[in-house]
Amino acid sequence: MAAEPLNILDITHVTKRFDFQGQEIVALQDATLSIRKGEFVCLIGPSGCGKSTLLRMIGGFETASEGKLDMWGKPIGEPGPDRGMVFQDYGLFPWLTVAKNVGFGPAARGRPAKEVAETTKRFVDMVGLTRFAEAYPHQLSGGMKQRVAIARVLANEAEVVLMDEPFGALDAMTRENLQQELLEIWQRTKLTVIFVTHAIEEAILMADRIVVMSPGPGRIVADERVNLPRPRDPTDPDFNTLRRHFAAMLGGHH
Amino acid sequence: MKNPSALGGARGLLLALCAPLLFLAFWHYSTAGRPFSLIPPPMDVGVQLWDLAFGGVWDDLYSRTLAEHALASISRVYGGFALAAALALPLGMMIGRIWLVRALLDPTLQLMRPIPVTAWLPLAMIVFGIGPRSAFFLVFLGAFYPILVNTIFGVRNVEPRLFEAARMLGTSNSALFWKVVLPASLPSIFTGLRLGLGFAWVVIVVGEMTGVQTGLGAIIMEARQLSRTEIVISGMITIGLLGYLSDYAVQLIGKRLLRWSPQHGG
Repeated sequence: MAAEPLNILDITHVTKRFDFQGQEIVALQDATLSIRKGEFVCLIGPSGCGKSTLLRMIGGFETASEGKLDMWGKPIGEPGPDRGMVFQDYGLFPWLTVAKNVGFGPAARGRPAKEVAETTKRFVDMVGLTRFAEAYPHQLSGGMKQRVAIARVLANEAEVVLMDEPFGALDAMTRENLQQELLEIWQRTKLTVIFVTHAIEEAILMADRIVVMSPGPGRIVADERVNLPRPRDPTDPDFNTLRRHFAAMLGGHH
Repeated sequence: MKNPSALGGARGLLLALCAPLLFLAFWHYSTAGRPFSLIPPPMDVGVQLWDLAFGGVWDDLYSRTLAEHALASISRVYGGFALAAALALPLGMMIGRIWLVRALLDPTLQLMRPIPVTAWLPLAMIVFGIGPRSAFFLVFLGAFYPILVNTIFGVRNVEPRLFEAARMLGTSNSALFWKVVLPASLPSIFTGLRLGLGFAWVVIVVGEMTGVQTGLGAIIMEARQLSRTEIVISGMITIGLLGYLSDYAVQLIGKRLLRWSPQHGG
């Protein structure tokens, strides 16, 4: 239909209503958003702005009350390996080792054992957990757990990686390391990343585009490109200007 | 740190021995040398236990019969336990995961649960007759509910996040049970099995106390009628030891099977 190259994701007039104890809550109202392949998009906003709801609808965990969500022009249905999700609370399988967690997707999709083993090794190495391949999740730190969670969606050939405040529970040092590692992986693999956060600095550091959302009812209020050159420096004056700009937009929340 | 577990083990053993040694001393000094004591002194019990196990002291009707009685009890305990597990595990999984099965069976099973296992004994004797079959049935019943209840709890309390993770990684709905539900509920199921086996050992004695010829419960009851208190206590000690060993073995299995769980393996 359209002459321009097809977007990987098209979100058109999506509204999501919840029924909460007989009362109707509008979690997201009339959101429209298109995302190109390879883009790093941050959804930012205070709690209740619908950013996680939008992410979960793209993941297929929730359905829209109105509007449509398409991936490569086809309606998004059930959750699937093309849209890998990284949860804030990791969601690792505690009974599986690091290696088995990473290989879970390929094994579940019936890949041959040899291929599963190779893929597992590649991505365990990529996130720097080679020495911990046989460890169980409860033996790992938060940062290491999140590395496993990232490795398992990459190992599963996800086209879009959905990240729901993935570094929100980590300490500052670990968070910075993981931000850098994620950027390196993204630049190497040219994945499409949709990253939910409420930290302005994190969004400016990582995103090609920042989508600002606002609560009551949740909606998109701005969608701006970040044109700072990479790698970005949070002490840079231009960085600071952007930080003030978004802080003003989010008004008092930061 | 150099081997804190070995040090802790030795110290732990010493501390753990304090209470039983004190108890033995108390038992000895309050019974030894008192001909009208209702309780025999520990030495007499020790000698009796030896005679029950290996003979050579009294050489009466009871000498060298311990193995036979213990074996009879063990086979009933594990037989009843195995039957209980074979029924309660699949039933618990179905009640936990299938709405219709839960609606059909759960209320009835919950209603029958408060009836103490021992209250079933008279009915069991009417139905199964006086003898080992009633004991077997009681053991089955005693082990059944802990396994059932913990299995239901386990499969119903799988963290929803794990289903989301499995689905977004491409797990089919039919594979979710084996890939997520079963492993996630294993700690709870295991707790149920352990409790069930413990109950089986408790109930076996009651089950064997009426009209059963062999078994540890049977000789305890018979010895009481003959005022052979040493045999009563010897039987109690044997049951205690067997129950302890059985629980220890289950725990070892659990440590291996659940080494991923911080509560079990670690």
